[in-house]
Amino acid sequence: MRVALFVSCLVDLFRPSAGFAAVKLLERLGAEVVVPPAQTCCGQPAYNSGDFNTARELARPLIDALGFYEHVVVPSGSCTGMLVTHYPELFKAEPLWQAKAETLAARTRELSAFLAEHGGDDFIDASFAGKVAMHDSCSARRELGVFDQPRALLAKVSGLEQVELQDAETCCGFGGTFCVKYPDISGRMVADKAEAVAASGADLLVSGDIGCLMNIAGRLKRMGSPVRVYHLAEVLAGMTDVPAIGEPEKP
Amino acid sequence: MKPTSHAFSNNAHRALHDKTLQQALAKAGVGFVDKRRAAIDGLPEFQALRQAGKRIKDHTLANLDHYLLRFEAQVQASGGQVHWAETPEQACVAVLDICRNANAKMVAKGKSMVGEEIAVNDALEAAGFEVVETDLGEYIIQIAHEPPSHIIAPAVHKTRGQIAELFEKLHHQPGLTRPLETVPQIVDEARQVLREKFLASDVGITGANFLIAETGSTVIVTNEGNGDLSATLPRVHIVLASIEKVVPNLEDAAVLLRLLARSATGQEITSYTTFFTGPRRADDPDGPEQFHVVLVDNGRSRMLGGDYHEMLRCIRCGACLNHCPVYSAVGGHAYGWVYPGPMGAVLTPLMVGLQEGRPLPNASTLCGRCEEVCPMSIPLPRMLREHRRQEFARRLTPPRARWALAAWAYFARRPELYRQASRIAIKLLNLLAGGNGRFRSMLFAQAWTAARDLPAPQGDTFMAQWKQRRKP
Amino acid sequence: MSDSRAAILARLSKSLAHEAAAEAPEIVQRIEAHVRGPQPQWEASPRERFLNKLEKVVGTWAEVASKENIAQAVADYLAAQNLAKSLAVAPHPLLDSVDWPAGFRAERRRAVGEDRVSLAVAFCAIAETGSLVLLAGPDSPTTLNFLPDDFLCVLPTNRIVPRMEDAWALLREERGTMPRATNIVTGPSRTADVEQTIHLGAHGPRRLHVLLLQGGA
Repeated sequence: MRVALFVSCLVDLFRPSAGFAAVKLLERLGAEVVVPPAQTCCGQPAYNSGDFNTARELARPLIDALGFYEHVVVPSGSCTGMLVTHYPELFKAEPLWQAKAETLAARTRELSAFLAEHGGDDFIDASFAGKVAMHDSCSARRELGVFDQPRALLAKVSGLEQVELQDAETCCGFGGTFCVKYPDISGRMVADKAEAVAASGADLLVSGDIGCLMNIAGRLKRMGSPVRVYHLAEVLAGMTDVPAIGEPEKP
Repeated sequence: MKPTSHAFSNNAHRALHDKTLQQALAKAGVGFVDKRRAAIDGLPEFQALRQAGKRIKDHTLANLDHYLLRFEAQVQASGGQVHWAETPEQACVAVLDICRNANAKMVAKGKSMVGEEIAVNDALEAAGFEVVETDLGEYIIQIAHEPPSHIIAPAVHKTRGQIAELFEKLHHQPGLTRPLETVPQIVDEARQVLREKFLASDVGITGANFLIAETGSTVIVTNEGNGDLSATLPRVHIVLASIEKVVPNLEDAAVLLRLLARSATGQEITSYTTFFTGPRRADDPDGPEQFHVVLVDNGRSRMLGGDYHEMLRCIRCGACLNHCPVYSAVGGHAYGWVYPGPMGAVLTPLMVGLQEGRPLPNASTLCGRCEEVCPMSIPLPRMLREHRRQEFARRLTPPRARWALAAWAYFARRPELYRQASRIAIKLLNLLAGGNGRFRSMLFAQAWTAARDLPAPQGDTFMAQWKQRRKP
Repeated sequence: MSDSRAAILARLSKSLAHEAAAEAPEIVQRIEAHVRGPQPQWEASPRERFLNKLEKVVGTWAEVASKENIAQAVADYLAAQNLAKSLAVAPHPLLDSVDWPAGFRAERRRAVGEDRVSLAVAFCAIAETGSLVLLAGPDSPTTLNFLPDDFLCVLPTNRIVPRMEDAWALLREERGTMPRATNIVTGPSRTADVEQTIHLGAHGPRRLHVLLLQGGA
C-alpha cells in the first residue's frame, strides 16, 4: 500500500515531529509513505479570505501531485476538509477540474480516520501513564465527522486514561487568519478553552490539528499551566519524549 | 437605525471589556444551549422534522410568487388587506397611512424583527404617534433607547439591576417608590404599566412567524401574551411580515412550529401560538375592525435563486446566535445593526450593503456550529465565505490584508522557492526563541501574543528533514 | 403600492422562471393535500399525555363529572385561590345551563381590563403539547383568554386530540373556515426577559385552570 502524505504547512513549518510521527504510524501499518515534493499549502488562507482565484491556483498543482496516489493522508482535519469538501466546490464551474478534485477527495483521509480504518489491533505500540484530553478541531468534528476514531486509537495506548473537555464542541478561537484579524475575540475564546483544559485534570492535550494546538498551547503557557500539548500522532507513535508544543528545547 | 457594523472591531473590543454585559451574557448563554439540547433529546423525531421543515421551505421558495398571491387572495377573502412594500420606506408609508386613516394616536407593538429592520418605530414617532413596545424585552430596550441585542431575547444584555433602574426613572414619581428588586416585582410593574397602554391603543402592530397561504392566516408565537393583546384590543391590527414567511398550509406550520420553539428556547411550544385570519366578524364580541398585512421585500426577492437563497429558509429561532462563540463573547450590539450572530452576519451585508457590513462575515472562525444547530440546515459558513469572496472581488478587503495574502501566495505558488524561504525563516525563528520553545511577545505578531504565547518552530522544516532522511 | 406589488412579483417570477398565479394547479393540489409531516409518537393515552404536559407548563386541572358540576368546580377554584365570586363567562351554549349559586356575579360577555377571572370553553385540546385550542367567535371572545389573571377553561374529555394536525382536521370538518383568531394556549403567560428567569403572568393570565368535563359536551 502506497500512501501519499500531505504534511500540511503548519506541521511542515512548526511541528515536523508530528509529520514524522504520522510517517512512523503509517509505516507500522505496512504502508510505503511518499511525500510528493510539489506541496506547499492547501490554499485555505486564500480561500477563507475570499481570494478564490489564488486558492484555485494553489489547489491545481496539489490535485495533480496527490491525485495520482490511491491513498492520501493528512495529519490535519482542517486541511483534509479543504481537500475533501472545498476543492470540489471551488471548481464547480470547471467540470474537468471538479472531476479531478472529486477523485482526490474520495482518496483523501484525515490521519486518525485513516489509521482507524486500516489499522489492526497491534499497530500502536505506545504507552503513556496519565490523563489525556482530545480536542476535536471544528473541521474534523463537523466537516469530516471524525470523532470516535481518535478516541478509539488513544484507547490502544497502554496506561493512558482519556478525559473529556467541558464545552468540547466549542471552537478554540484559532480560525486561521481570524486569530490575527480579531485578536480580542480569539483571545477570549482560547482563554475559555484553556480554562476547560486546565479544569479537565488532563496531563496532556492532544488534537489532530496543529493550528488549534499552537493556539491552546500558547494560552496554557501564558497561564502557567503544566498541561503539555502534543499532536495526536506523536502520542500514538510513542514520541512524547520530544518537547511538547511551546516547551523549551532539551539542553 | 444607523448601522455601526463597519466599526465591529471597536464595538467588540468595548463589549469584551464591559463587565456588566459580560455578566449578562454569561448568564444567558449556557441556559439557551442546555434547554435546546434537552428539548431535542426529548424528541426522537427531531431530525426527521428538520428534514421535513427544510423540504417545506425549499418547496415554498421555489413557488414563492404563487404562494404569496394565494395568501393575498385568502387575506382579502377573509376581509383583510394586503400591502406590498419593496423598501423599508414603502413599508413605513403603508403603516403610517393605515394609522392616519384610522385617526390613531397610540400604537401598541408586539415584537417584530421586520419592524426593527424597517425602523417602523422611528417612522411612527416622527409622524407624531405614540408607540409602545409591549414585549417585556422590547419595552426594556425601547425605554433604554437601544436596539435589540438578540432576535428572541432582545434585552438579554441587561441585568436585573439595570432594568430596575430604568423602571425607577421612568415609572416612579418622586416620593412614590415601590421595591424593584426581584424578577416578579419587575415583571409585575411592567404588566401594570403596559396593561393601560394596551387598553388605550388604537392600532396594534405585530410581526408574523408564518403566513399560511391556504387560509390567509398570519401566525405569531409568544410566551407573554402581549402579541395577542396587541392584536385583539386595538381597533386596527397591522401585521408586518417579510415575504419569505409564507408556507402552504396548516400542516406545514405544525412541522415548523415543532422546530421553532425547541430551537429557540427549548420549549415544546410557546405559551401562545395564534393564527389570525382577517378582522372581527359581524357577530364577534371582540377583535379589531381592520386587519392589514404589510408584505416587506427589502432585498429578499433579489436573494431568491442567488448565492444567499438558502438564507430565506431562516425561521428566526436564534439558535445560531446562542451557539456562536463570537456572539457569546461580544453580544448582539457589537454587530451594529438589527440582526446579530451568524444569521445577522449573512443578512446585514445584504440589507445595509457590503461596504458597511464587511467586518461581520470576517468575524467568524467558520467553526460550523451554527449550521449544525440550524433547524433549517442553512449553510451559514458557506454564505459567510461567499461574502468574503465578493468583498475580495470588489476590492473592499483592507490593503494590508490583500498585500499579505499576495506576498504569501507568491511563495506558496513556487514550491522550490517556498521551501528555501520558509526554511530560512523557520531557522531564524527558532534561533530567536533561544531554546525557550516559545515567544512571550514578538514584533508583527502582537495580535497573537496579546493573549497567548507563540510556540516556536522545532528547528527545521519537515520537508528539509524528509529530504535529508531519504538521501541514500 | 400596486407598483411595488408588480415589481416584487416580477422579480420573483423572473428568478423562478415562471408566471405567478394564485391558482397554479400544482400549488392548489399541494395545499389541499394536507399532508402531515413526521408525527411525534408516545405511549400514553391522549388524556394522560395532555394532563402530563399541562402540568409541565404549570397549568392546573380538576375533574368535573357533568355540566351541572361546573359551577361548583369554579366555586372550589375561586375559594382555593381566595378570589371574589365574580367572573366573565363565555356566551357558549355549554355554559347556558350552568346554575350559578347565590352571591356569584357571572356575566356572559367578553373580558374587560378589570376582570380578574374568566371562564371559557375550549374547541379542543392537543395531547402532544398539553395545549388548549380556542376559536374566536360569538361563543368564545378572545379577550377572555388573555385579560384576566385567572383563566378557567372547560374541556370535554372527548375533545382531546393527539396532535396539532388532528386539531386542524377537526376544525376543517366542523367549521370549514378559520375564525378570526385561533388561539393555541399552553399554560399561563410567562416571560424570561429579565435575566432569563421564568416568571408566570407577564401580560396574560397568571394561572390557567382546566375543568376536565367527563364524557362529551
